[in-house]
Amino acid sequence: MLTLRQAIVALYMDAATSLPPDVEKALKKACSKEKKGSNAGAALSTILENIQIARETARPICQDTGVPVFFIKIPAGLSHLEVKDNIIKATRIATKEIPLRPNAVDILTERNSGDNTGTGFPVIYLEETKNKQLTIDLMLKGSGSENIGQLYRLPSAELEAERDLDGVRKCVLDTVYKAQGRGCPPYIIGVGIGATKDQVTKLSKEQLLRNLEDTNEHGVLLKLERSLLNDINQLGIGPLGFGGKTTAVGIKIGVNHRHPASYFVDVSVSCWADRRARLVWQIKK
Amino acid sequence: MLGRQKGKAGMADKKMKRKSSKTKVDKEKIITLPLTKEKVLELKVGDVVLINGQIVTGRDKIHKFLFSQMPPKEQIPFALEGTIIYHCGPIIRKTRKGFECIAAGPTTSIRLEMYEHSLISEYGLKGVMGKGGMGKQTLKALKDEGCVYLHAIGGAAVYLAGRVKRVVDVWKLDDFGMSEAMWLLDVENFPAVVTMDAHGKSLHKEIDKKSFEEFRKLTGIR
Repeated sequence: MLTLRQAIVALYMDAATSLPPDVEKALKKACSKEKKGSNAGAALSTILENIQIARETARPICQDTGVPVFFIKIPAGLSHLEVKDNIIKATRIATKEIPLRPNAVDILTERNSGDNTGTGFPVIYLEETKNKQLTIDLMLKGSGSENIGQLYRLPSAELEAERDLDGVRKCVLDTVYKAQGRGCPPYIIGVGIGATKDQVTKLSKEQLLRNLEDTNEHGVLLKLERSLLNDINQLGIGPLGFGGKTTAVGIKIGVNHRHPASYFVDVSVSCWADRRARLVWQIKK
Repeated sequence: MLGRQKGKAGMADKKMKRKSSKTKVDKEKIITLPLTKEKVLELKVGDVVLINGQIVTGRDKIHKFLFSQMPPKEQIPFALEGTIIYHCGPIIRKTRKGFECIAAGPTTSIRLEMYEHSLISEYGLKGVMGKGGMGKQTLKALKDEGCVYLHAIGGAAVYLAGRVKRVVDVWKLDDFGMSEAMWLLDVENFPAVVTMDAHGKSLHKEIDKKSFEEFRKLTGIR
C-alpha cells in the first residue's frame, strides 16, 4: 500500500518529467502555426521533442525544477502539520531520487540546503474542504518566468490604466512586453485581481493550475481572456523571443472583492514548461 | 529539431534518433572550439550553429566571483580563452564512473549583464550562451572584443543534456554548489541560434522595438 509520502514523491516525478496534455497540445498547435524553416518553428519542434524524451526517460523536462508550490484542499479532521511533514520528507526523497535540482538558498548564509527544503520552502497553501478526499496540486515554478511577473496598483499614470478591466488588460500587455523572451515563451499567464497585495499574488499563481481548455465562470472574464490572448500574440515576441506568432498559449483571470480604495492586479507568468500535477488521496476511515 | 544529431551523446540519445525533424533549418554552421575572432565575425544574427568541443558553465555566483575578484587566468583550472561560457545551472549526478549530465538547459542571461562585458575582455571569451539575450554593455563588448551571443533552446534540458558527451571537470563545486559551479562540458553538435553578433546586431533589440510599436497600438499609450 502506497503511503502519502510515496504518493507525493510520485507526484513530484509526474510534475517534473511529464507536461500536462492540454499544455502539450497547445504547444503542438503553436508549432504548426509558425513559419516553416523559421527559428521559432524549429525551437518549438525541439521543445516538443524534449517533452517526449523527458517523459520516456523519466528525466526533468527543465534543469530548473523550480520552487515547488503546493495548493492543498484538506478534509476536516486531517492534521495540517502531518500533511506538511509528509511534503517536506517527500521533497527530500524526490530531490535525491528523480533527481531535482536543489534550489533552496539561505538568504543569510547563501548556502544551498541541498534538498529543496528550507524556511518557507517548498511553498505550501492549505485550505479546508468539505470533500472527503485530500487534493494536492503541485506546480514546479521555474524562476526564469517567476522573475518576470509583475504587481500593479491601479490606477497607473504610466500605463494610462484606470480601475477597470481595460486597466487590467494594459497591465497584462505591459508585463508581457517587458518580459520579452526572457522567461521562455510561449507563456501561460495567470492574473489575480483584488483587495490586498498578498492575496492577488497567490490568486494569480493559482490561475496557472487551471486547464488551458476550461472556461471562466464569469462571461466577461472569459471574453477578456480570449481577446487578451489574441492581443498578446500581436506583440510578435514569439517562441523563446525569436519573433513569431505565438507568445502565449493561455491566459486565466481570477477575481476577489476589492477595497474601494484599492485595485491590485498581479500577473504571474509560467514558461512553456507549465509543470503541474494533481494527487487525489482517499482518506481511510 | 534544431540541428542534426550525429554520434553518441548521452542516455537520451537513442530516443532522439528515432525522431525526424519536422521543421528543417538549413543554415547550420559548425563551431569547433576554441573559437577565433575571424570565425566569430563570420557568424550573423539568425544563424543556427552546432557547437563542438569544451565549453564552461557559469551563472550568478561564478560571474559575481570572477567580476569582483578577477583571479588571474592561471588560477582558473580551465582555459577560458576562445571558449563559450554557458549560462546554465545543470542537474548533474555523481556516479561511480564520474559525473552524469541529466539536464542542462540555459538560464536567463540578463541577470549577468553587469558582469559579462568585463569577463569577455579580461578572459578572452569568444562566446556567451544563454537565453533571453543581453543588453547594451554586452552588445558593445561583443563588437569590441569579437565575441558572439548564442541563444540555446530554453527549457529543452534533457534534449540538450543529450548533446553533452562528457562532464570533464568542475571548479568551485564545494563553494557554490551544483547549479552555480563552473562545469567543463564536452559537447557535440550542441544547437543554438546567434541572436547577438560581433557586428553590433541584436535580434532582441529588434524584437523589443517591434513589440513596443504593437504594445503602443494595442494600449493607446502615447
